[in-house]
Amino acid sequence: MSDLKVVPDPKKILIEQFGDKIQIQEFRGELTVVVDADDLLAVAQYCRDFPELDYNYLSDITAVDYYPQEPRFSVNIQLYSLRKGRRLRLRVMWSDGDHDLPSMTALWPSANWFEREVYDMFGIPFNGHPDLRRIMMPEDWDGHPLRKDYPLGYETVQFSFNYDEINQHKPYAKK
Amino acid sequence: MTLETFSTWEGTVDDLKGLVTERAISGETMLLNMGPQHPSTHGVLRLILELEGEEIVNCIPDVGFLHTGIEKNMEYKTYEKSIVMTDRMDYLNPMGNNLVYCLAMEKLFELDVPMRAQIARVILAELTRLNSHLVWLGIHGLDLGVTSMMTYCFREREVLLDIFEMVSGQRMMSTYFRPGGLWRDLPEEFEDAVRFVLKTFPAKIDDYEKIMTHNAIFLDRTQGIGFITAEDAIAYGLSGPTLRASGVNWDIRKAQPYSSYERFEFDVPVGQHGDVYDRYLLRVEEMRQSLRIIEQGLNMLEPGPFRSNNRKYVPPPRSELGRSMEAVIHHFKLWTEGFRPPKGEVYVATESPRGELGCFLASDGGPNPLRVHFRTPSFANLSAANKLSQGYMIADLVAIIGSIDIVLGDVDR
Repeated sequence: MSDLKVVPDPKKILIEQFGDKIQIQEFRGELTVVVDADDLLAVAQYCRDFPELDYNYLSDITAVDYYPQEPRFSVNIQLYSLRKGRRLRLRVMWSDGDHDLPSMTALWPSANWFEREVYDMFGIPFNGHPDLRRIMMPEDWDGHPLRKDYPLGYETVQFSFNYDEINQHKPYAKK
Repeated sequence: MTLETFSTWEGTVDDLKGLVTERAISGETMLLNMGPQHPSTHGVLRLILELEGEEIVNCIPDVGFLHTGIEKNMEYKTYEKSIVMTDRMDYLNPMGNNLVYCLAMEKLFELDVPMRAQIARVILAELTRLNSHLVWLGIHGLDLGVTSMMTYCFREREVLLDIFEMVSGQRMMSTYFRPGGLWRDLPEEFEDAVRFVLKTFPAKIDDYEKIMTHNAIFLDRTQGIGFITAEDAIAYGLSGPTLRASGVNWDIRKAQPYSSYERFEFDVPVGQHGDVYDRYLLRVEEMRQSLRIIEQGLNMLEPGPFRSNNRKYVPPPRSELGRSMEAVIHHFKLWTEGFRPPKGEVYVATESPRGELGCFLASDGGPNPLRVHFRTPSFANLSAANKLSQGYMIADLVAIIGSIDIVLGDVDR
């Protein structure tokens, strides 16, 4: 054995622990771990708590809409390890009608607003979120703007005084 | 005001029920609306406060008033056309926003950036940091009663805005960084103008410190206010000076250097107390460090190409169009259709004046991005507002909101 300290590879640790429950993707030097929704919480907790991984900082949560592909959405969770200086992306696929995704707020309170934004913009619900409301759009807004089948523009702006009038000919996003 | 009368005004009783305590519903504590037009909320931020006397029990931020759908709009434009939108997110840090979007594109395309452009980007990003901290300092002073700070800081800011105008033609919305380098080369007068900043600024920063740092009223209003521990700051996703004030030494310029920051020597100031005063001290020290970086950058700046030569992504210079048929074809293709990058997703993080500014860019191989998402520091920092302000007086809230340095355009995008 050499004296050189072997830097543990997060990819190996995760494969050893979770085996074929996870899929590893690498692109431009970024590590992406694709997980099933059922395993997401366990994998995320392991990433945070296992000392060799130590992903203690949640940077970002966002979603991508692959419409018309199925499964339609991917939710991407960016993790960062402050002590190791490494990034990791957890990805979980989701379609309309699937079970709610588990919320990350129990592990990282910072997930709160990011999940609200994903819920607001894509309509992806999170199970166990303490306060899942719309964040950018008004409470009574119809549709989720960042979905690919939601039109970009050319619509009259709806206010309370002309709501009914515009509602009649408004091209809503198909649910 | 009880919850019933509150509801006639806004109609969100059910939403508030989980956020305020039971005592607000019985009318024991008071609900107070602050904003969205309140000047000390730095834009259009609305806070719903639950108060017991003057003490804050809960502070619920309500954002989205400046939401302009920038991420949605970017999906409908080619990659290069949407750089102008990034300027308009965090309007105090336009160059930094250009930078993170360009870095994400360059990572996705595997596009090279000439060294001159990288150094110029660092110089301009640091000038923008200086600009942003100046505005922050002026407004923070104004919030806390040091009203003259505003005039001094905005006076100095003009010098910086003139430099931005010199390089890009625009004072604020510069759109100067492009994938593969810069829009055009730095003008000849650039170096003298920046040397002037380097010569005059240290004395100006000393002046600000004379006004603020030992001012008894300022100390009273900031020391021990808005305290957060390092563990909580990490858990709540704080970044930038707000996190470093709690004693966490994490600066992305050092931890994961980008755009040749690894070639620069500078210190990352770290606080101890995690309060409003430490955040102030850190930002002032960061201004000095920015000057150090800018000076090194100017010394490193050498003549050379300012934009990549990869014609699949970068349009040919105007002079080539008259001579080369290939240049005309590239020019035509790039400005009509745009380019088609490989499929994939990248995430790039940079250190904006406010913290971790990240860009998540997903491509499906087409000329328009599949998804662009910005992880903005103001958004993450503001989400901890409740944690930061619980138990303090309502007058302290102004100092706390000021100290996390939010820009509402950055929050709402």
